[in-house]
Amino acid sequence: MRATRILASAALAALAGGCLTFVEVPVETPIKPKLDASPFSRVYVAGFLSGGSEDVDTNLETVRLLRSQLKNKGGMRIIEADVLPLMDAAKPASEGAPAAAPPPAGGAPKDPAAGAIRDEKDLPPYEKIFENKDYWKKVGDEYQGPLIVTGSVFFVPHQRSGYVQKEQEVYDSFGRRSVVPVRTYQDRKGFILKPKFVFIDGRTGETLYSETFREEILYNAEQSTPALSSYFELMDRLLPSFLSTLSSQTIKGSRFLLK
Amino acid sequence: MPALKKLIALAVVGVAVSAMPALAADRKAAQSQVEFGIDAAKNGLWREATYRWERAVELDSTYAAAYNNLAIAYEQAGQLEKAKQAYQKAAELDPKNTYIKQNIDLFKEINDRASHQNSR
Repeated sequence: MRATRILASAALAALAGGCLTFVEVPVETPIKPKLDASPFSRVYVAGFLSGGSEDVDTNLETVRLLRSQLKNKGGMRIIEADVLPLMDAAKPASEGAPAAAPPPAGGAPKDPAAGAIRDEKDLPPYEKIFENKDYWKKVGDEYQGPLIVTGSVFFVPHQRSGYVQKEQEVYDSFGRRSVVPVRTYQDRKGFILKPKFVFIDGRTGETLYSETFREEILYNAEQSTPALSSYFELMDRLLPSFLSTLSSQTIKGSRFLLK
Repeated sequence: MPALKKLIALAVVGVAVSAMPALAADRKAAQSQVEFGIDAAKNGLWREATYRWERAVELDSTYAAAYNNLAIAYEQAGQLEKAKQAYQKAAELDPKNTYIKQNIDLFKEINDRASHQNSR
């Protein structure tokens, strides 16, 4: 008995005395921003082409959200100017005047062309506005050449039925409770959010970087979720990635150091 | 001719045997650098740790643990390409080490994310 104790304590002492071959340490890996925003002293979140559901003014909401996120989490200087009614400026030539001059600052609160983009396929003709360097240079000139953030936001109701896995309580003959996975057919509805963020050099009108995301959310068909709540829920998912375009991120984890 | 071959073989063995204590000394010196580096890293002194592990791999280029630790230090510094190379070397030298494998798996997640960001 005594010998066993001695052996055990010797083993413990050996472990404590440095026989362990590994040490777990916390690490924080910095990830560089995707875009070097250092040449710009300010950021102008100008406005977005909006498409899909009319329940949410995605242009206005996206501008508000991104401005506050860039200000609070990105630590950037934001230009708090009026939101550009981009849909009007981006109207394809066949539908109206070509997009040449930016609308005056203090633009219309409600986008006159809103609702024109019902389907994703309708977007490309409007998205040509992002290639219009003269237009963006003029917008930039108004604010002393900031980094312009613009793009498109397609937000549309979505519905999908199918089998979902749920957990169900079952009781055996002895009355013992257990939980088992069950597959059930369910009608589900929700929303798809497909934003494209375009970063433009306000000094030249040139596109520096663009990125497209796609997120979707589905709820039980009986559940009633307001479109605006779903919009914010979906935007929440992609905000870290959006912010990482302009500011560096740190990923925390742990690793094993070896002897 | 066979005598010459024997002579050459003997010379090779002789060189190898005489080099063995030197190799052992290098490993010992590298080990002490590795341990010093671990203490530094535990105290958050990652630059010092990096220096120590770089010294360790210079002293003994077959020391998998030193490469593993160096890779972690590069990760901590955001030098992902260098981290990748050091992990690769560690895995090459000690392919069965589960700690190295685990570190590499965790690193891959971050590296994929970073390279995905850069490619978009």
